[in-house]
Amino acid sequence: MAERVLMKGNEAIAEAAIRAGCRHYFGYPITPQTEIAAYMAKKMPKIGGVFLQAESEVASINMVYGAAATGCRVMTSSSSPGISLKAEGLSYIAGSDIPALVVNVQRGGPGLGGIQPSQSDYFQATKGGGHGDYRMIVLAPASVQEMASLTIKGFNLADKYLMTSMILADGTIGQMMEPISFEDAEIEVYEKPWALTGTEGKRKHNVVNSLYLQPDKLEAKNFERFERYKIVEENEPMWEEYMMEDAEYCVVAFGIASRVAKNAVVAARAEGIKVGLIRPITLWPFPTKALRAAADQVKSFISVELSMGQMIEDVKLATECKKPVTLCNRAGGMIPSPDQVLESIRNAAKGE
Amino acid sequence: MKTTQILLAGFGGQGVLFAGKFLAYKGLVQDKQVSWLPSYGPEMRGGTANCSVIISDTPVGSPIITNPDVLVAMNLPSLQKFVNDVVPGGVIVLDSTLIGAKVDREDVKVCYVPATQMAKDAGFATLANMILTGKVLKEAPCVDFADNKGTLEAFIPAKKAGLIDVNCKALQMGYDF
Amino acid sequence: MAVVFEKPKALTDAVLHYCPGCPHGIIHRLVAEAIDELGIEGKTIGVAPVGCAVMAYDYFACDMIEAAHGRAPAVATGIKRCRPDNIVFTYQGDGDLASIGMAETVHSAARNENITVIFVNNAIYGMTGGQMAPTSLPGQVTQTSPYGRDVKHCGWPIKVSEMLSTLEGPEYIARVAVNNVKNVKNAKKAIKKAFQNQIEGKGFSLVEVVSACPTNWGMTPQKALEWVESDMLPYYPIGVYKDRTAAKEAE
Repeated sequence: MAERVLMKGNEAIAEAAIRAGCRHYFGYPITPQTEIAAYMAKKMPKIGGVFLQAESEVASINMVYGAAATGCRVMTSSSSPGISLKAEGLSYIAGSDIPALVVNVQRGGPGLGGIQPSQSDYFQATKGGGHGDYRMIVLAPASVQEMASLTIKGFNLADKYLMTSMILADGTIGQMMEPISFEDAEIEVYEKPWALTGTEGKRKHNVVNSLYLQPDKLEAKNFERFERYKIVEENEPMWEEYMMEDAEYCVVAFGIASRVAKNAVVAARAEGIKVGLIRPITLWPFPTKALRAAADQVKSFISVELSMGQMIEDVKLATECKKPVTLCNRAGGMIPSPDQVLESIRNAAKGE
Repeated sequence: MKTTQILLAGFGGQGVLFAGKFLAYKGLVQDKQVSWLPSYGPEMRGGTANCSVIISDTPVGSPIITNPDVLVAMNLPSLQKFVNDVVPGGVIVLDSTLIGAKVDREDVKVCYVPATQMAKDAGFATLANMILTGKVLKEAPCVDFADNKGTLEAFIPAKKAGLIDVNCKALQMGYDF
Repeated sequence: MAVVFEKPKALTDAVLHYCPGCPHGIIHRLVAEAIDELGIEGKTIGVAPVGCAVMAYDYFACDMIEAAHGRAPAVATGIKRCRPDNIVFTYQGDGDLASIGMAETVHSAARNENITVIFVNNAIYGMTGGQMAPTSLPGQVTQTSPYGRDVKHCGWPIKVSEMLSTLEGPEYIARVAVNNVKNVKNAKKAIKKAFQNQIEGKGFSLVEVVSACPTNWGMTPQKALEWVESDMLPYYPIGVYKDRTAAKEAE
């Protein structure tokens, strides 16, 4: 095993990105993700890379768009209000079918909100955010180790499917330190014949573009893109199951909420309640099959979220509303305590 | 199978985060599972700061501590905020130079360490945090006290290596108090 | 048979969609001629804007990318920072560059980003059918200033070249026009210089091209060119506003 080091979640993302071959970072400061920019600012000049602090989030995502169009591995990072500003570029990148990595270390909203951890950008990440029909691969790390491994995975998936991978983290996972080891990262390399590199007079010009004024052509592009998304939905869902073998109740939680929920599951088991946890690691594609299968096994579901209840809609859709789903949540930067989750599990066990 | 949850709290600038980091590294080099979670945001700039450190033989679940086994308090507001959260049978280590109040709980062990005064007398006024940390390692032996030097070397940048010896001394003072 | 005049190689065979009498065709040609003469087509990457030139990616034969409204300099920055040996240019109108994209414009200039910016100022939003632009003249009638631009209500037009030339950053800022043969020839020189500067690594070069919009100004092409001379150029004087290299040499 590789050497274990202690690292902040945000720094783990930055280091992993560099190991994944990312040499271009464009961003704008915002709490609680600024360590990513600081790490890049320190490291990039020393390894022949580029760190550039843009004039705004809007500019930085458009720099990412330009850089991605050249075929480079490129990323930006921000936190909730900044991601709203980046929505424009996310839509253009999706409409141009080019790969990029975007990190959202979420904080409470809406509006300027607060700076404490949140998961209230679930809808924005998984359902759109920008305009038009498009999807992003949304990866939800629950540990510092996953901040790194999912960043590398995110770059690979982005290149493979020509779309944006978003790391949807939160202030807690971003700020906390845990031991982490960088195994030899598996860097997948994909041909990029579409990249803007200059024709060198040897080929017809490449055009990176999302404008199709003929509606039938635009429709065809959308259908083509969604065929690709179908493959992603088929092949790429990731999730973790914890104590699910004999579970009669199922907690569903991702990111930091899943860490709290695990404590509660252990405590509930000690009380004799047969409860398990399904932790979606990809929020899009959502692990629908796992949830659907669990719906035939358990009596009810509890969705634990740092929001007013967003993922719960996908839990209901995935389980086809076959079993009741209750919500256990805090919002605005507050985190549910293991006791609060335990109480929800007890209520579920009582059939409430 | 043991898990120790340590909450360190004080004013920004007292070295609460650093002390927490030391404990986390201590766990790391001794092959424990650890997590270190700081408070962050405007309160970091001169206000109160705290950090949660979990050292465990098994993977750490939630890194958030609601009921610490050990509370390190470096100012009165921090003590007042967290004193009732400490688990029965837990330990409170406080800086009695800065906190005049007594803890009126019977079910916890309270260590009154005049750390700020001790640090001043010893000639390293800024290391009250490490004196208190030494006491933590004595009262809640979640990791071996040995080889603090090795731990400090693991995360103190080379240009500040000169600080390692005094940190070790401060830890020892707290441990022996 | 001797060929005495032909289309620049840096333009494709696509039929331009511009209105009759629109100078965009001339400006496209000047850019393409500069690319041809400098022999850089194979390594040039162009950034098209949102506005009348939105489909410029079909017209230039080099690699092209379509930017969001106003973001061309940011997109160009991303490209150039990844591929510093390529030649990167943006082609933008007044709404794109001086209104919605002003932050990107100013900051790419301040960074002295080594790119070439072609800024077409025709004092109106053309693509959307003739609304007031950040460069519409005081009193100018447009769809959204039907009683004439009232500067007390909506402020004064922005003199981009003058403003950018106050910055330390940029290498070269010039304003040209394409309303007569002499001006067209000078415009060509400025555009070529703006590309040459990039080849030499000198940095941000912007050429503001004062142009016309006969359709949305409601004028014949001939009348529109006369209006450029009589109304536009007094407010937007032709000239080199910044040339760092020349200034250094003069010292």
